[in-house]
Amino acid sequence: MTTQDNKSKIATYLVRFFPGHELREDEDIFTLGFVSSMFAMQLVTYVEHEFGVEVENEDLELDNFRSIRALDAFVTRKLTRANAA
Amino acid sequence: MTTQIVSEQIVDAVKERPRPEEKKAAEKKSSSIKCVVWDLDNTLWEGVLLEDSKVTLRQDVADVIRTLDERGILHSIASRNDHAAAMAKLKEFGLDEYFLYPQINWGNKSASVAAIAKSINIGLDTIAFVDDQPFERDEVAFEHAVVRCIDAADAAGIASLPAMNPRFITEDSKVRRKMYLADIERKNVEDSHEGSPEAFLASLEMVFDISAAREEDLKRAEELTVRTNQLNATGYTYSYEELDAFRKSPDHDLLVASLDDKYGTYGKIGLALVERTSDVWTLKLLLMSCRVMSRGVGTVLLNAILQRAKAAGVKLRAEFVPTDRNRTMYVTYKFAGFREIEKRGTISVLENDLSRGPDFPPYMKVTVDV
Repeated sequence: MTTQDNKSKIATYLVRFFPGHELREDEDIFTLGFVSSMFAMQLVTYVEHEFGVEVENEDLELDNFRSIRALDAFVTRKLTRANAA
Repeated sequence: MTTQIVSEQIVDAVKERPRPEEKKAAEKKSSSIKCVVWDLDNTLWEGVLLEDSKVTLRQDVADVIRTLDERGILHSIASRNDHAAAMAKLKEFGLDEYFLYPQINWGNKSASVAAIAKSINIGLDTIAFVDDQPFERDEVAFEHAVVRCIDAADAAGIASLPAMNPRFITEDSKVRRKMYLADIERKNVEDSHEGSPEAFLASLEMVFDISAAREEDLKRAEELTVRTNQLNATGYTYSYEELDAFRKSPDHDLLVASLDDKYGTYGKIGLALVERTSDVWTLKLLLMSCRVMSRGVGTVLLNAILQRAKAAGVKLRAEFVPTDRNRTMYVTYKFAGFREIEKRGTISVLENDLSRGPDFPPYMKVTVDV
């Protein structure tokens, strides 16, 4: 699976939370609008289910979740590490 | 929107393993009734509606319904009747507003009782069923052994049964039926809403109020610490006396949040305890009722505290103790800019450098009176 596939999956998921907005790859979703507890939790759960990775407490940094590009990089890192192990 | 997710979370919260000190409360709770389901013909009124449109209301039953309603006990109906005719008669008697999810149809009463429990989201063991027909009572008891079945002949004495007398009657219990009715109305509007979630939330005209706890808030505050598990950052529970001491303490802020919208009130839905020293404030407790999760208000109370700490020029810390349910709170803290700085046994201490200016959501009005 190429990383481009992951990016478009993530973009498709995120766009429903920001209707009418063209989300750029590096745009910070946490500055776009109001981020609720529920959105944050849904995003974490989405990443775990969609990509089969486990988000640990130390992974819960905004930098891993703030944009399409950041999420893609995070997922790729987690998957690489899981495969290497 | 995500109503489905929320109701599942509520079910999860209900299923949660009770801690030893909560177990006693849970046992007591299971014997108390949250909803009374009434038959109509020869129970709520004398006569059979479809044979005689001039049935007469049983005044003793109407009194019981109003009395229990004031105690926060809900009512519903399981009746084999014509829905429109029966509702029109209830309206004529001035009682139609008292019943949530009335099941007036030709199906089994056990199915009606189950549908009511599911809609209100309560256990069958908290339901009482009143009917004049032994056959109907037996049918319900056979399908649902935990439902308490009562002969309509004994209806006048219902209000004095121990199971119908809750230990506390809080402000929230007095308006409980109205909160459920408002929820039904909101759900209807939400289901038919077209447009963005923000536009829907804005249409609710929400007002989120944060204020210092007053003495009359403490029973509800205690109830919140005991009943809220999923959105509780530490799982600490405090007694009425402890909360009262924090309320009076010069070194603590005990904050209570309530939410209203154009359909009515959600009641007191959030609680925070802040311990203050001259240079550090520590959040010992932050909890939110699951009922308001889909309203995008989970971080409003936290943001208000962040703003106050920033204005006071102190560091803001938060204690977090993981349970098998409260991960949302950890994510909330982390995504609000908290970093873990220390671990003391199971307690994580998080700190916020207050570099980001937290805002309130644009779709609601926030009032702070501390």
